[in-house]
Amino acid sequence: MIQAAVFYLFAAVVVLSGLMVILAKNPVHSVLWLILAFFNAAGLFLVIGAEFVAMILVIVYVGAVAVLFLFVVMMLDIDFTSLRAGFSRYLPFGALLGLVLAVELVTVGFFWEFGDLALQARAAPAPGANAGLSNTQAIGTILYTDYVFIFQLAGMVLLTAMIGAIVLTLRQRPGVKRQNVAAQNARTPETSIAVTRPKVGAGVDTDGGVK
Amino acid sequence: MVEFFQTHLGYGLGWFLAHLILILLIALPVMLCMALSTWLDRKVWAAMMLRRGPNVVGPIGVLQPFADGLKLFLKETIVPSGANKGVFFIAPIITFVLALVAWSVIPFDAGWVLADINVGMLFIFAVSSMGVYGIIMSGWASNSKYPFLGGLRSAAQMVSYEVSLGLVIVTVVLYASSFNLTDIVESQRGNIFGLLNGNIFNPLLFPMAVVFLISALAETNRPPFDLPEAESELVAGYQIEYSSMTFALFFLGEYMNILLMCALTSILFLGGYLPPIDWAPLYYVPGLIWLFVKIVFMFFVFAWVKATVPRYRYDQLMRLGWKVFLPLSLLWVVLVSGWLVFTGHFSGGAA
Repeated sequence: MIQAAVFYLFAAVVVLSGLMVILAKNPVHSVLWLILAFFNAAGLFLVIGAEFVAMILVIVYVGAVAVLFLFVVMMLDIDFTSLRAGFSRYLPFGALLGLVLAVELVTVGFFWEFGDLALQARAAPAPGANAGLSNTQAIGTILYTDYVFIFQLAGMVLLTAMIGAIVLTLRQRPGVKRQNVAAQNARTPETSIAVTRPKVGAGVDTDGGVK
Repeated sequence: MVEFFQTHLGYGLGWFLAHLILILLIALPVMLCMALSTWLDRKVWAAMMLRRGPNVVGPIGVLQPFADGLKLFLKETIVPSGANKGVFFIAPIITFVLALVAWSVIPFDAGWVLADINVGMLFIFAVSSMGVYGIIMSGWASNSKYPFLGGLRSAAQMVSYEVSLGLVIVTVVLYASSFNLTDIVESQRGNIFGLLNGNIFNPLLFPMAVVFLISALAETNRPPFDLPEAESELVAGYQIEYSSMTFALFFLGEYMNILLMCALTSILFLGGYLPPIDWAPLYYVPGLIWLFVKIVFMFFVFAWVKATVPRYRYDQLMRLGWKVFLPLSLLWVVLVSGWLVFTGHFSGGAA
């Protein structure tokens, strides 16, 4: 009973905050609602007993991805009137897209037939859970044995994306002073201090020598 | 205690009431400790600067935090006219609640833990990674440039240091083969020639303890990494527009986070509720006392660092996080897992 109540609570909040993402006038509010939706989706994972996935969802999506998302949206200089301006012009096209998506989802929801293997997987989402393995161990066991190739492939895709992002943003500007920590630490009093006795009014030149 | 309530009040209600009381039993002492920790912080600072520190209210000034709290409570809450009111008020609440929620999985003694979940370490990591929202939301909602800069700085800083913090946690978790905090503490029992309790005495994990401590300083926005609230450049960063209890919630949340990080360092590296030496007479001292002593010691280290180390420049902060700690902790994960496979640590495990 409590489990069902908690499920409906989380599910309702997910749907409502998902709705608020598109209804909120302020883009920053939209992102905040999106974060609430992520958080409650993690709650839904907890309800079905997938605590590892729930925590990872919070750490990765809420703790890192959404922060950067919020970061970018916050910095935008938003003009609310121009944001609303094209509403009626784009409405038919947007409505069409939404309709197509809705029809597709309903079709999938009603006419999808699960194979035997998928039904088995649904009955025991984490293989080995019956053998007393915890959620984390079960996922680790299946990820690093049966699906290790796909796992590595996903890692490669991410690595490529990361290198691409670095290459796109890396630029070498001339004349920028960079801190060289090794060079700083290598300095000693002998190499950086010179005791001089300049004459009155003569001063020292830039090399530290007496003129 | 859960059983006692359940026999008298029925299953559901008994469970609910017992946990309510347990939550209060944890939350109230934690808040009291947090109030006293602000006093201790100021006293340690003062001693290092050859001052007296707070010494007027109560014996040796120990009631100063309560006087401060009362003063803040009686002040007027000022909301800037340009502020985004909803977000402005939610931000301090988020900071405070998240700081308190993480204590639910901390084991205070063997079996003394409110929620003995098997992903306890991940739970704390998730909660602490959400802590950035309190700051970034307050920075944006204040609609003012210093808080905004503070919020941006803190978002970048906390996300950066979380990466190395997570990798350090992975090394400890590999040793313990569990995310459960009680298991992590128990895995440190007598693991150094059966003499010492604590991962910090393990030469392979000692560098990670140092990285963890420094990352924890950055994660809690403590000096030398207090750039989000650097008073000399940003006045007080994201806290500027807050007054009265909204400010108090930020202040309390910050100190509670510091205490949490101290507790986490104790649990991950100093052996939690175990005595430092695996010697039978020391086990007569309750585990709660050992944990408390370790937390106070770590808090002293935090105050010590604050009193002695100058603030980092922002680019140096980022360099330390991404170019020093990240490669180091990544290398260490490989090293530790390699060592554990080499010594056959996993052969007896469930995997």
